[in-house]
Amino acid sequence: MKCRKCGDLAAINMRQHKLALCADHFSEWVPAQVEKAINRYAMFTREDRILVAVSGGKDSLGLWDILLRLGYSADGLYIGLGIDGGSGYSDQSLRKCEMFVTRYRDLGHHATGALANQKLEPFNPQAPAPQVFDRWLPTLHTLDVPDTYGESIPAVAQRVQRGRGKPCAVCGLIKRHEMNRIAYELGYAVLATGHNLDDEAAVLFGNTLNWQVGYLTRQGPVLPSGDGFARKVKPLCRLYEREMAAYCLVRAIDYIYDECPYALGATSIAHKELLADLECKSPGAKQHFYLGFLKAKEDGFLDDQQAYPSPMHACERCGQPTTAPGMCAFCRLWT
Amino acid sequence: MPRIIYRDREWQVPVNMTVRDAIRAGGLNPEVVLATRDGKLITEDVHLRADDAVRLVAVISGGSPSYSELGDEQR
Repeated sequence: MKCRKCGDLAAINMRQHKLALCADHFSEWVPAQVEKAINRYAMFTREDRILVAVSGGKDSLGLWDILLRLGYSADGLYIGLGIDGGSGYSDQSLRKCEMFVTRYRDLGHHATGALANQKLEPFNPQAPAPQVFDRWLPTLHTLDVPDTYGESIPAVAQRVQRGRGKPCAVCGLIKRHEMNRIAYELGYAVLATGHNLDDEAAVLFGNTLNWQVGYLTRQGPVLPSGDGFARKVKPLCRLYEREMAAYCLVRAIDYIYDECPYALGATSIAHKELLADLECKSPGAKQHFYLGFLKAKEDGFLDDQQAYPSPMHACERCGQPTTAPGMCAFCRLWT
Repeated sequence: MPRIIYRDREWQVPVNMTVRDAIRAGGLNPEVVLATRDGKLITEDVHLRADDAVRLVAVISGGSPSYSELGDEQR
């Protein structure tokens, strides 16, 4: 199979696009797709400071790399969850993030040196590429949950009813609360997460299966700021997970390959596998499902639905928005 | 014979088999893995040579709870 752009041997074939590309052209195609999504959904501009939530995985580190290559002012936020799983999972994840940012900063520090041979050249599909090395040296912010709150995520999950022996729900709750808080406190215009099209399609599938209309109403690539919420965006929402893994391989981004030990048997993975079977038989099915949903929403499909079942108010302890009376779910974990 | 390596598994396939069929021979969906040879990505139509060792990279990750698992208080 040949690259459609140059005729060299292709590295990847994207059946949903009927497009095969070599490694170099694929490495340019991915940021161009992300730039399209950023513009299509008016996520942010080059004047905005962006905080990328990084886990050490392929999607978040890939996203950070893409935003920096596109010339955006993007810093990272790593939240240490205190998950060991027999392999020091959280420690390993942090190391991947530190290695990523060190690589970028080292290149920036030596910007006048042998950059011509580096693969981290900036990329801008529309205009002459900005010199990312003169513009933005990324910073990695870290927050360690056990150090900050005295307990790891698995320990909190064991203690509270919400965990029910599986920490994913508690983990999501704590991460979202802290990401929102830190984005606000550090003055970032927007919080970007590495959710890809497969993530979004799996969530859509789950919420459709259970007809969770409120959640469907909220789901989208942009959640606006206001009432205590930071603006949240998903710039990878048009890219398949497979493409993000391939992007990290061709960009030599060292990411944590092993899954979180608590993700085994997760419903989201089961939904992804079902959608992958469908995709195998019908290329483009996932894309049509998710992007069709977004289009239907734009056309008013859920306009008469309420996103939240009851009005939001400020948590009496942390001040973040919540529908619960008194304290929000995060603060109730610690009381 | 060409060897296919995926996590802690390994299987052999006939010479000249395509990567796509070799993935299926291991009971996997070609949509959920990437194939690499000598550290470089290869496409699913490549015919395998006798001395090929193809390493498969899993692409599915998960564990983030869906909105319904988070409850109404968050987004």
